[in-house]
Amino acid sequence: MKKTKSIANLLPRRFREKAIEHFFLFNGLVAVVILLGIFSLLFIEGFPAIKEVGLKEFFLNNRWDPTSPERESYGLLAMIVSTMMVTIGALVIAVPLGIASAAYLADVANPKMREVVKPVIEILAGIPSVVIGFLGIIVVGPLIAKLFRISNGLNAINGSLLLAVMSLPTIISISEDAIISVPQEFKNASLALGANRWQTLIRVTLPSAMSGIIASVMLGMGRAIGETMTVLMACGNAPAMPHSFFDSVRTMTATIAIELGETVQGGLHYHALFVIAFVLFLMTFLVNLVSDMVLQKYQKVNR
Amino acid sequence: MPEIKMYTRRFNFYYRDFRALTNIDMDIEKNKVTALIGPSGCGKSTFLRSLNRMNDIIPGTKVEGTIVLGEQNIYEKNVDVVDLRRRVGMVFQKSNPFPKSIFDNVAYGLRINGERNRSLLAQRVEKSLKDSALWEEVHDRLHHSAMDLSGGQQQRLCIARALAVQPEVILMDEPASALDPIATQKIEELIFDLKKAYTIVIVTHNMQQAARVSDYTGFFYLGELVEFGETDQIFTNPKLKKTEDYVTGRFG
Repeated sequence: MKKTKSIANLLPRRFREKAIEHFFLFNGLVAVVILLGIFSLLFIEGFPAIKEVGLKEFFLNNRWDPTSPERESYGLLAMIVSTMMVTIGALVIAVPLGIASAAYLADVANPKMREVVKPVIEILAGIPSVVIGFLGIIVVGPLIAKLFRISNGLNAINGSLLLAVMSLPTIISISEDAIISVPQEFKNASLALGANRWQTLIRVTLPSAMSGIIASVMLGMGRAIGETMTVLMACGNAPAMPHSFFDSVRTMTATIAIELGETVQGGLHYHALFVIAFVLFLMTFLVNLVSDMVLQKYQKVNR
Repeated sequence: MPEIKMYTRRFNFYYRDFRALTNIDMDIEKNKVTALIGPSGCGKSTFLRSLNRMNDIIPGTKVEGTIVLGEQNIYEKNVDVVDLRRRVGMVFQKSNPFPKSIFDNVAYGLRINGERNRSLLAQRVEKSLKDSALWEEVHDRLHHSAMDLSGGQQQRLCIARALAVQPEVILMDEPASALDPIATQKIEELIFDLKKAYTIVIVTHNMQQAARVSDYTGFFYLGELVEFGETDQIFTNPKLKKTEDYVTGRFG
């Protein structure tokens, strides 16, 4: 009697445990399936263009002119360079600024200050990219033109500045979380050894928060590299190889956004745009992979 | 005539309006171990942290009276706190190695002092680790993470880290309270060796530990130093009833 009862109790519980386990597994798999789905969609839609034009044309030609009446060109090089320029420019501005702000908020600012500033910064993240684009056209662009005495302020540096502003909230917010969760014990140990606050911040607090800081930079970079509307509005839209940050550029995202609506579905131009998307996808994937590897290596010692 | 390394006179400490320490007079003798005992919240840790001004980082605190190290009142305006903390090192209750390699942990204090000479750093790291009885266990993995060490090893690493800057006084805040008996014994043996070269002040909740390792004992209660004297006397022949009750475990 007793035995049967215990088995009866056991079964539903074991079943429940299993069900919960499967539920979480399912949720985890959904993300993977979606990722694979996007990957294969981009590849399948892009493949016809690769087959017809050839990888050489895509990656070695720097002229993108798929609608030319004389000779169509499908070179992605100028776009890839433009995207990287704008993104790296944005990071060069946003990363030092973002980490410094985060360190200030977490380690220096008094709690009242933090309570006010942090929500404000997070609201900044919610500003639609179109609005930032406006800002680029009517404020930042003319300012750049005036400052550097050039005729056209809609260029790569404009895009970098705006993307920096857009990725700052992500970098600050996540870095600040990471810095503030560094145990007080580490700081005490450092102070007790005769370090001043600055040394403690640079040598102990920031390195201890490094995984969170790197994650924040990656997310910020993800936002910058994938951002479309702002760069479309503010970078001047010249699909040519840029020679400096003061040249107008057109990024990969902007090209897709502008041209996809005007192509014949299933045509070569249409498929070529999917190749752009596929390359963009690979780029972000690579960035994430590399940063993950760097992080793993870093954490082996500094754990 | 014993040499006094540090002494406090009429030292008061406040957390905002709360007086945590009242008129503490204590002489800390050089190359001896001074134990601070007393029930939780009696002010012994606050007193310990006053000796290297670690309480400064807590907002809203205030001190009165003097604490003298050598001939310098450490609470005078012109005292460099950074310099003071190099002379008066500290080991905390919870071992807190940095998430860095073993070597980098010990070298930390030297590096923030601007020491870059690699061979000198290596020498001092080795000496500190030997002095803290950790060298044998870690010499072949100095560049591994300090977080991989056991709790007792981590605490000895923290002691090595404090030794590396060659302080004059070492403060220990319940250094063995989170360790097993064997690791505790190692720490106690270490304290016994270290007093040849350093002056040690240790806070402990463990009566036997105080009796074993210390030369002098101060009994704190409700923010006052109730009784202070040689450890033997405090434990075998205390002058005050209160002290006797505490050391015999009648309250605590």
